[in-house]
Amino acid sequence: MDLLGRGLLVLALIVAVYGAVASLIGARRLKVAADGGPDATAFGALGGHGSAWVRSGRRAIYLVAVMTTVTFVLVEIIFIRTDLRFDVVASHSSTTTPLGYRMAAPWSSQEGSLLLWVWLLSLWSSLVVRLAGRRMADVVPWAQAVLLGLAAFFLFLSVFYSSPFRLSDTVPLEGEGLSPLLQYPSMMIHPPMLYSGYTLFAVPFAFAVGALAAGHVGSDWIRHTRRYALGAWLLLGIGIVLGSRWSYAELGWGGYWGWDAVENASLMPWIIGTAFIHSVMIQEKRGMLRTWNVSLILATGILCILGTFIVRSGIISSIHAFGSSTVGWQFLTLLAVMTGGSIALVTWRRGMLRSEHRIDSLLSREAIFLAGNVVLVLLVLVILWGTFFPLLTDVLTGEQRPWASSTWGWWVGPLALALVGLMGLGPLAAWRKTTRAQAWRQMRGPLAVGVLVLVAGTLLGGGGRVDVALALLFGGFVIGAVLQELQRGVRARRISTGEAFPIALPRLIGRNRRRYGGYLVHAGFAVLVLAVAASSAFKDTHRVHAKVGQEMKVGGYTLRYEGAIGDYRLKDQRIQKLIIGAKVGVFRGGKRVETIRPTREFFPSQNPADGPVGRFFNGEAATEVALDAGLTRDLWVAMQPDGDALVDVYSALDKKLKGTTAPFARGAELALGFVRLYAQRPAPVTFQVIVSPLVSWIWLGTLVMAFGALLAMWPAPDLQARRVRAKQKARIARDLGLAREQAS
Amino acid sequence: MSVAGPLLVLVAFAATLFLLSQPFWPGQAERAEEVDALRRADLEAAKVAKYREIRDAALDHDTGKLSDADWKPIDTRLRSEAVVILDELDGLAHVRGTRSAAGEELPGGAAIATGSDPASARDAARAGDLLETTDRVDAADPPPAR
Repeated sequence: MDLLGRGLLVLALIVAVYGAVASLIGARRLKVAADGGPDATAFGALGGHGSAWVRSGRRAIYLVAVMTTVTFVLVEIIFIRTDLRFDVVASHSSTTTPLGYRMAAPWSSQEGSLLLWVWLLSLWSSLVVRLAGRRMADVVPWAQAVLLGLAAFFLFLSVFYSSPFRLSDTVPLEGEGLSPLLQYPSMMIHPPMLYSGYTLFAVPFAFAVGALAAGHVGSDWIRHTRRYALGAWLLLGIGIVLGSRWSYAELGWGGYWGWDAVENASLMPWIIGTAFIHSVMIQEKRGMLRTWNVSLILATGILCILGTFIVRSGIISSIHAFGSSTVGWQFLTLLAVMTGGSIALVTWRRGMLRSEHRIDSLLSREAIFLAGNVVLVLLVLVILWGTFFPLLTDVLTGEQRPWASSTWGWWVGPLALALVGLMGLGPLAAWRKTTRAQAWRQMRGPLAVGVLVLVAGTLLGGGGRVDVALALLFGGFVIGAVLQELQRGVRARRISTGEAFPIALPRLIGRNRRRYGGYLVHAGFAVLVLAVAASSAFKDTHRVHAKVGQEMKVGGYTLRYEGAIGDYRLKDQRIQKLIIGAKVGVFRGGKRVETIRPTREFFPSQNPADGPVGRFFNGEAATEVALDAGLTRDLWVAMQPDGDALVDVYSALDKKLKGTTAPFARGAELALGFVRLYAQRPAPVTFQVIVSPLVSWIWLGTLVMAFGALLAMWPAPDLQARRVRAKQKARIARDLGLAREQAS
Repeated sequence: MSVAGPLLVLVAFAATLFLLSQPFWPGQAERAEEVDALRRADLEAAKVAKYREIRDAALDHDTGKLSDADWKPIDTRLRSEAVVILDELDGLAHVRGTRSAAGEELPGGAAIATGSDPASARDAARAGDLLETTDRVDAADPPPAR
């Protein structure tokens, strides 16, 4: 298995390097032929028509996809079988790790992550070159070379620095197991989603490089890669939200976004990708912002690699704590090559990248899009600065000092609010120019909705803070703008077709998917902003040290600590985890609403120095939050047992076992006895209770955004297949004739 | 030690060599004239994109964001650009001795629009092609004059 895996990785690396070189030769040959240069026979040993080289490069992409797929399946097999001969399995899984998490364990390791990266990249690359067919024949070879170059980089790391098939010097009896923090359903798909986003963004990145290299810098490469960019945006967004949801429900601090370095690493390319998706529309419509657009997508590609580097290198302290990496300088080299290459290409082609037009008016959709773009880029610069600030303080003071959450709010808040305002304005403006009177006619309805939301929020107690008030106003404005656009579109369609509303609405959306999909994304984002504003402003947090029988009053709820929980889980006659928790009755208006059970789970360490009993408490631990989520409010409860009391007990038990025969077998029995006893005679525990409104709407808003993005990227029906009535043809022909006469 | 692993790698290596070298075998190379086919694919994509632009502008007009005066020149320009693309597609079709998709629509629209005038007939067909992309594709009557 190890030889097969290593062999396939080496072969895939050779094929990727060959494919990149073949694609470059093909691109060069095609260019020479197109310019009327010598034919293939003039190239001697490297003869052959350019297209043959390109097709060979294309086959290399397919082959890399096949090889990495087989390799990934092999890695999955060794994890499912818990083959502890392999280093990566011994350090990231164990016989007690449940099957589902064993299958997801590969991407918790550096080795598996790098392989996942190149595997996904090879799949997307195969898809894009397959679908490209004969289109963009001058750009595709360059794009192939870039995609294969990236694949070669990750395969190089997998072969020489971080092989998933490295064998352990000594085979351990048990693996270290998957971090309990990662044993959460959404974490099984969170990394694949993020990596799908990163690798999909590599497609427009590669085509942008190809367009610059081939000197084909019009809108063709944008049209060809638009869906890939949207898909990347969607999958990366889903990955970010899944991470956020995990942070909220699993990490035990009660928030959904902590401005952690690893969170920021995925947010930055998503934001720049958002700017790109919007600004390419200006290039498609008006031939403007070519330099800006290629720069945005090149920056997105670079930020995707930077994100992977931040996560894998561990250079910045993070709750994700993946530790130090063996691939730091290699990533820095790749980042330097990508950045330097991008700057050189854009500088080389600056003459071709000049805009065909200028912005006619500040009251136009392109001007508003551009303003939104500037805000998005500023947002990324702020996040970049805040993310690397601890590194700077480390260099200057020897200590990493991350930004406080208030500092993040101070910097990001105003930019985010400006962005939401512009999101509302964008769809209301026309391309080129809008008169003030037209702008007012378009804006007054949505503005009224915004004011209504603000008034409602203020009456509910949320008007005290300026940022919250503006979020309510702008969020309502965006939703109002989307509703107005839908209403006007349906009305126009009904006038022209006479269709009933229930027929006109889906047909309008179905035939303008890109437009209304985008509007739906805006509406979802507005819902998300309103939910974030409400949940931050009205959050009620309490931290209480309580004994059994004690009551706490939080956010209209009364919580009674009714009893302790002491439990355990066994797997194959071994202790998988010990569970210490609390049974809490929840009352509202004197009536019992439900009973919740927040717990703290302890996973055993494999280090004998931790003691026969202590090792069951000194391994990794995870908080299991009791979450009662609703449409109007969430009740979030976490508990923390008294650590000192635990240490006292297991230290005493370890002391008792010292010098006895088979202390570790007896230690397990004593640990189980201890948790059973805890259930009857618990020590006081610390509860953290949070009641926050509308948190569920954050996830619902995200779902709406995802649906909108899917709608926008869904292919339109085959236009050529539609038949049209002769009368309509005649009418348009007459219109066209008139228009030509006017033009002449 | 099992020999299956190294053997499979060798088989994969041989298959790789075969597949990567195949495009260079005699009789496999594409002819230079296929540049036309490549250009056609790009033009087809450009045509679809141009149709979408026309539809977007019409929707902006219908929803009140563009006045008649602003919309008319935009629509005219976009349609002219579409015709340029269609002309180039027609040119490629003639070179290769085949008919373009737009040409296939000629008879119905042409006869009603312009009688026997071939130039108008072509415009009618192209306009029909454009119309297929608009919201009024399945309307019973022609769109109202704007």
